[in-house]
Parts: sequence; C-alpha cells; structure tokens
Amino acid sequence: MFFFYFLAALLLPVRLRRLVERTNMSPKWRQPLLYMTLGIVGLFILTQKALDDYEIINAVIGILALSGVVLYLQLQPEFVKFQFYFNSHYPLITVGLVSSVIDWLAPAFYEKWDYIFVCGELMAFSWIFIRWAANKKQREELQVANLRNAELDRLVELRTAELTQQKAELEKTIDLLKATQAQLIQQEKLASLGELTAGIAHEIQNPLNFVNNFSEVSIELMDEMAEELAKGDTEEVMAIAGDIKQNLEKIIHHGKRADGIVKGMLQHSRASSDTKEPTDINKLADEYFRLAYHGLRAKDKSFNAELVTSYTDGLPAITLVPQDVGRVLLNMFTNAFYAVHQKQKKLGVDFKPVVSVTTSALNKAIEIRVKDNGTGIPDDIRDKILQPFFTTKPTGEGTGLGLSISYDIITKAHGGKIDINSTEGEGSEFIITLPTA
Amino acid sequence: MKILVVDDEADVQPLFLQRFRKEIKEHQVEFDFALSGEEALEYLEEKHSEVVLILSDINMPGMSGIELLSRIRKDFDAPPPPVVMMITAYGDDENHRQAIEHGANDFLTKPLDFSLLKEKLKTILT
Repeated sequence: MFFFYFLAALLLPVRLRRLVERTNMSPKWRQPLLYMTLGIVGLFILTQKALDDYEIINAVIGILALSGVVLYLQLQPEFVKFQFYFNSHYPLITVGLVSSVIDWLAPAFYEKWDYIFVCGELMAFSWIFIRWAANKKQREELQVANLRNAELDRLVELRTAELTQQKAELEKTIDLLKATQAQLIQQEKLASLGELTAGIAHEIQNPLNFVNNFSEVSIELMDEMAEELAKGDTEEVMAIAGDIKQNLEKIIHHGKRADGIVKGMLQHSRASSDTKEPTDINKLADEYFRLAYHGLRAKDKSFNAELVTSYTDGLPAITLVPQDVGRVLLNMFTNAFYAVHQKQKKLGVDFKPVVSVTTSALNKAIEIRVKDNGTGIPDDIRDKILQPFFTTKPTGEGTGLGLSISYDIITKAHGGKIDINSTEGEGSEFIITLPTA
Repeated sequence: MKILVVDDEADVQPLFLQRFRKEIKEHQVEFDFALSGEEALEYLEEKHSEVVLILSDINMPGMSGIELLSRIRKDFDAPPPPVVMMITAYGDDENHRQAIEHGANDFLTKPLDFSLLKEKLKTILT
C-alpha cells in the first residue's frame, strides 16, 4: 500500500500551498511548494514504472519521500504554526516503517496478517485528514488574521505617508509664517520710521540752522577783524577772535548733534541689530519723546500738547538694545499723542492735552511711565490691545503691531514688563519696568 | 530799542548777539532772552514797558508761542502795544494764520534771514 505514502507526501505541499496563497508568505513559497508537489508526482511515476514488482522498495521510497517533505517543512521557521499538521504524519510513517520491516523480515507473517497492516495504514492515513479537518477553523482564523495584518500594514503605510506629507506641509507653512512675521516686524519698523521722519527732519533742521548761521556770522566777524587790525585795535581783535572760536565750537557742537540724530535714525531702521549696551534711559526717553512729538506736529500743524518730563537724575545705566527700547518708547509716545489728539478733536480748544514721561528707580529696576489725559482705553478692548494686528486706527493708519512688538521687546528680550492703567475718557498710563541687573 | 527773544534753544542767544554786533555796539538795539513762554511772561511782568519788540518761537515745549502771544495780547497790551513776530520751523499756512489771528504783527520762518529781519527792524525804528 505504498500509494498512501506518496499520496500523503503529495497532499502536504498542495495543502500548504493553498494555505499560504493569500498571505505575505506566498511570494516565497508558491514556487518551491509547487516543485515539491511535481517532484513527488514524478518520483511516484518513476518508482511505479521501474520498480513495479518490488513493493517493499516502493513503500520505503514513499516513506522516505514523505519523511523528507515533513522534516524539511517542519524545519522552516515560517511554518512553525503548522506543527500539528506535520506531526500528524508521524503515525503513518511509523506504521509504514514497521509494516515494511515485518514484510521484509517475515513475509509469511505479513501475508497472513496483511489486512491488519493495511487497516493500520488506513487509520494512520485517516488520522492526517482528521487532524487537518479539526484544525480547519484554526487555519481559517490564521488566514483571516493574515489578511487583516496585511490590510493593517497597508493602512499603516498609507497613514504614514499621509502624515509625512502633512508634516512636510506644516513645516513649509511654519517657514512661511516665520518669513511673514519677520517681514511684518520689518514693516512695522518702517512704519514707525515714517512717523519719525518728520520729527527727525525738524530735529536736524535746528542744528543745521545753527551751523549755517554761526558760519555766516563768523565770516562777518572775520571782515570786522580785518578792519580792527587795520585800525590797530588789538583788544577788539582779540575779542572778535574769541567770538569766532566760540562760534566754531558751536558749529562743531551742532554738527555733531545732527550727526547723532542721523545715526540714531539709521540705528532705528536697521533690520536686526540686537547688541545690548549700557544706556542712559533718560536720554533715550527724551530723544524719542521729542521725535514723537515733532513727528505728529509735522503731520498735523493744529496739534499741540504740553510735554511734561520728570526724569530722576542718577539712574543706573541699563544694558539694553537702544533702538528696540527706543521703538517701544516711540510707540508709547505716539499712542499717547494720538489719544490726546483724538480727544482734542472732539472737545476743541477747552481741552488741554498733556503727555508726561517719568523715570524713576525701583529696587533692582527702572520704571518709565508714559501718561496722557487722552481718550483712554475702553474696557471691552483692553484685553485685545496687545494682540498682533489689533488697532483702533482707521485702515492704513496703523499696522496693529506696535504694542504687540513692544510687549515682546520688553518682556521677551529684556525681561521686563508693561503695565497699563487706563480709564475711558480720562486717559491712559503705560508703565514699563526694566530690570537693572 | 529793547528786543525780547523767546526760544528754547540757548544757542540762539550768542547768534543774535553776534548778528547784531554792530547795532548793539551803536546802542541801536538791546537784547534780552527767555528760554520758554513761561520765562518770557515772568520777564514781561517786570519789564513790559521797556520791550518794544518780541520775537518768539512757536514750537516750544510747555507753553507754545501761540499761547504766549495770546497772553501778551491779553495782559501786556498797554499802549504802545509791543510788536510781536512769530518764528517757526514749520512755515505753513496754518501756523501763519494762527499767528496772525492771535495778534502777531509778523511771521518769520527758520532758518532766520537776518538781513530781512534787520530791514523789518528799521521800519519799526523809524
């Protein structure tokens, strides 16, 4: 009954092949299992033709072929789940071996009890089918699980690709936002430079007038000096020479003054220079106070305000970025002037606009208060005034970035704070506190 | 003739003194200075009868030139009223109109044209 061994050896790769067909093992095992099947069929036909009369040898070849297939597949790590199935072949192999040995050693005995051996072989052969059927459910589950795994793998891959793409898009958006933010900050700087220009022009005009006037008057004095020399009045000549020297000193002084203003203007417009340096806060505040006032005055000639300054002498120098804190101050002053100007437009000549700046020393800090008696900040917008792009000015007049950038400069770059006191209709006070150490 | 010059820039003082060197030497004119509108009013409190001409900057911190002008016209206008000339860096119509409206006799722009100013002084002197 060697036929059973070949049949079992044949069925094993055929079934396995069907099992792996729709799993990720398929590409690797489809071909080998097919060859195995064909090999068994070939071996069977070969033995059948060549060794038709030697049933024992045929049986042994069949058993060896079966054992070989079982052992080979059992050793593959991928098929570890099918151990039950491989193991179900051992009874057939054992029965086959035993009956072959008996047939060989005691043919008579074998002939006599022939049906028992055939029975045993049939039972062992059936056992394979019983085990196979019993595990059908398990196999199906495995198949489903495999399918699901494959589907999950696919989904994960899909999702990963989606996320990677989203991440790339978000990174691009962030880069774009950063670039836009830098641009906006630069734009705000230019806007405040625009506010400054008129003030700066006025500030430069004064020293320039002095330079021109003192030069002209010195020329006149030189002529006079020549006259006095001709007369021989040495005393008068000395006096005139003294005056000329004094004038030249004035020319230098006012030339330097104009120079300083131009330098300050360049510093203000510079894209990014964040070198901190010890700064006299009174000087800085006063410079920008005047610039802000003249800036507004140049735009609207009807505007006038009382400027009250109260600087505490002997304040320690603070290490800060002068043009940045200058921008903050300029922003505070411009806002204050704007607020009083709005109120003046509403109330007319009876209203006396007052804007004041006060500096004072606190414990380890310096305080700058900018106060006005203008329109004040309505309660419903108080939370919003520090937000970027929030402005109460008509479109085109304000960027809405002044206070928000000021807030960043003071809190983030200088470790200070900005407090706001305001009553609608009464006025506002902005208090900048900067740490000295 | 006594002239009061009101300007917050201190260097205006040596400038006037030198520009009018000859006139001062010949005792045609005499200058006094104030650095603010407030200071000018204090000065006028005592000497308004002596001052013939007041030259005032419009744009000054604190009291503006226009405000000073109206105070002068209100408090120190006893005959003969002082001649008041306003000076400003912002030579625009609005400033001009305001100055004249508040009783200024003349309006000058910075940078000051001293020869023009001298011409104007001559007409006042005669």
